[in-house]
Amino acid sequence: MNELSRWTLALGAATFVAASSHAAHAADSVVIGDIDDMSGVYADVEGAGGVEAINMAIADFGGTVLGRKITVLSADHQNKPDIGASKFREWADQQGVNLVLGGSNTGVSIAMAKVAAVKKVPFIVIGAGGASLTNEDCTAYSVHYVYDTTALANGTATAMVNAGNKTWFYLTADYAFGTQLQDAAAKVVEAHGGRNLGAVRVPLGAADFSSFLLQAQASGAQVLGLANAGTDFSNSLKAANEFGITRTMKPAALLAFLTDIHSLGLKTAQGLYLTTAWYWDLDEQTRAFAGRFFARIKRQPTMDQAGAYSATLTYLKAVKAAATTDADRVMAQLKKEKINDMFTQGGYIRADGAMIHQMYVMQVKTPQESKYPWDYYKVVRKMSGEEAFGPLTGRCPLAPK
Amino acid sequence: MSTILGIPVPVILGQLTLGLVNGSFYALLSLGLAVIFGLMGVVNFAHGAFYTLGAFAALLGLQHLGINYWVALLLAPLAVGLLGVLVERLLLRHLYGLDPLYGLLLTFGLALIVEGSLHQVFGASGQSYPVPESLSGALNLHFMFLPLYRAWVILASVVVCFSTWFVIERTRLGATLRAATENAPLLQAFGVNVPLLVAATYGGGVALAALAGVLASPVVLVNSHMGTELVIVVFAVVVIGGMGSILGAIVSGLVLGVVEGFTKVIYPEASNIVVFVIMALVLILRPAGLFGRE
Repeated sequence: MNELSRWTLALGAATFVAASSHAAHAADSVVIGDIDDMSGVYADVEGAGGVEAINMAIADFGGTVLGRKITVLSADHQNKPDIGASKFREWADQQGVNLVLGGSNTGVSIAMAKVAAVKKVPFIVIGAGGASLTNEDCTAYSVHYVYDTTALANGTATAMVNAGNKTWFYLTADYAFGTQLQDAAAKVVEAHGGRNLGAVRVPLGAADFSSFLLQAQASGAQVLGLANAGTDFSNSLKAANEFGITRTMKPAALLAFLTDIHSLGLKTAQGLYLTTAWYWDLDEQTRAFAGRFFARIKRQPTMDQAGAYSATLTYLKAVKAAATTDADRVMAQLKKEKINDMFTQGGYIRADGAMIHQMYVMQVKTPQESKYPWDYYKVVRKMSGEEAFGPLTGRCPLAPK
Repeated sequence: MSTILGIPVPVILGQLTLGLVNGSFYALLSLGLAVIFGLMGVVNFAHGAFYTLGAFAALLGLQHLGINYWVALLLAPLAVGLLGVLVERLLLRHLYGLDPLYGLLLTFGLALIVEGSLHQVFGASGQSYPVPESLSGALNLHFMFLPLYRAWVILASVVVCFSTWFVIERTRLGATLRAATENAPLLQAFGVNVPLLVAATYGGGVALAALAGVLASPVVLVNSHMGTELVIVVFAVVVIGGMGSILGAIVSGLVLGVVEGFTKVIYPEASNIVVFVIMALVLILRPAGLFGRE
């Protein structure tokens, strides 16, 4: 036997052993899987920090539920829907996964929700924003936990129009999330008596935003609505400052994470309005969680990372209360209980899968106002869950109006 | 307001200027690629990674050693260029005479390693590099406000590009370099140290990428994947200009920046593919590229 085929055989044997040992421990443990962008543009928003948050939640819960050990799997979906979906399917078939948490990227989450429905495995969306996940793309097994495009628009757009900024122009990321976000914001602007003057669709990951920004400026609108996220958001705001666009237009972040503000620095980001589900410096409870998280990751948690912690705890509590990991009974339990923890007070999961909870409209502090590291936001307005997420639309068959 | 083809003239002038800024980056990067390909026959897929390394060298130099922008503009390309020499001596040189695919695979692997390592250490979200004080204002061009820094990018890029072209095409050193690619054994027989020359060429091409990285660092967030997307466009630019043609790389870099700028006004959704459409057309109509020799 030659060298190569010997290695192949050994590798094959090792894989077989690994696979069968997984299958063995799947039977006597509760398996929580996390599928997220671990290496791409959104990796700092949830990524490895999200896995850490899940582990923290399991440790705080005691490490076992119903007398069974709780194990965690994690995978990188690389922002590709097919990878996210096939990983989910593989875990459902081979690892007996009981709960899947999904990270950033609406496109991937939609693909994963379809698998959740077929495999009957509860799926909690953490980092994706598209509100279609609880509308056209809703399933009986999916929950949308942290934020959605409706809530973001209701927060930032309402606050800005009410402050007298009536005319809007959008810089929109040219994919599902960007267009959903722009549509949601445009509706809110109109509903409050404002006007939408136009939009420019920018390819995802553009190297330079200055051309698009000059078009926005030429529109004469008062508000520059940034319907993008991550690096695209940061680079467009940075260029808007450099080209003096921010002297004539007010930028509105339709989605910005704490990590984006940290990257940009307060000098560039100051004065920006944004909407968030959670902030580390809200109260004693959030600061306590943030302190423990910071000790492990050396960064303050984002709303997604806090959401991953809360969602894991919420699921484990539901399993304990239902005394089973049976998906239908756990889902029923999840939709019955109020959620009270460091993430939300009195939050609840609606029939369409949306977790209804408070959202905060924030303004980024000036460098002078910021007193200590990561002191970035001041609360402009706290919205109730009903106000933020709005009434049922009837587009999800599970939840008629 | 006067218009051309229904577009207001100030908008056209504005996009022309911005197109030149982006074209400057394309020109600098494609120049490095063209030098490496033209003189060594290596398709350097690690070019984007060296661009990223240049930006990180400037950023870390500022944060940890207090090295200012102007010094970084010199030191970062030098440091990254030396790394390039090391890569050539330790890895690339073993692949000469083999199928060019091996060089491509090696440099692609290097790019993945560099990007992965930077991601591991610095995360995904990137960091800001401040615009140097002396370049922080804006120029009033009447049709637009051009940030002084962007004007500097155009100037720096054009000067560097044409100096490089001059050295390679018009000096004795350049002639020796070109001779090394034509007939290395003969040149070696004249007592010229060809391996050193080749290593220096790779180092020089890589240093150009790093220089572009330093120039870009105040404009965009410095992060591990900043070079990944850019380098794909730059490869298209090199193909359009003619693989290995120095002048072709410079001119097509600048021109394509401008074309892309206009696409952003006329049909923004297509702005990230227009370069590839042109590449396809050029490959069909003139396979050797606009400036390439058949």
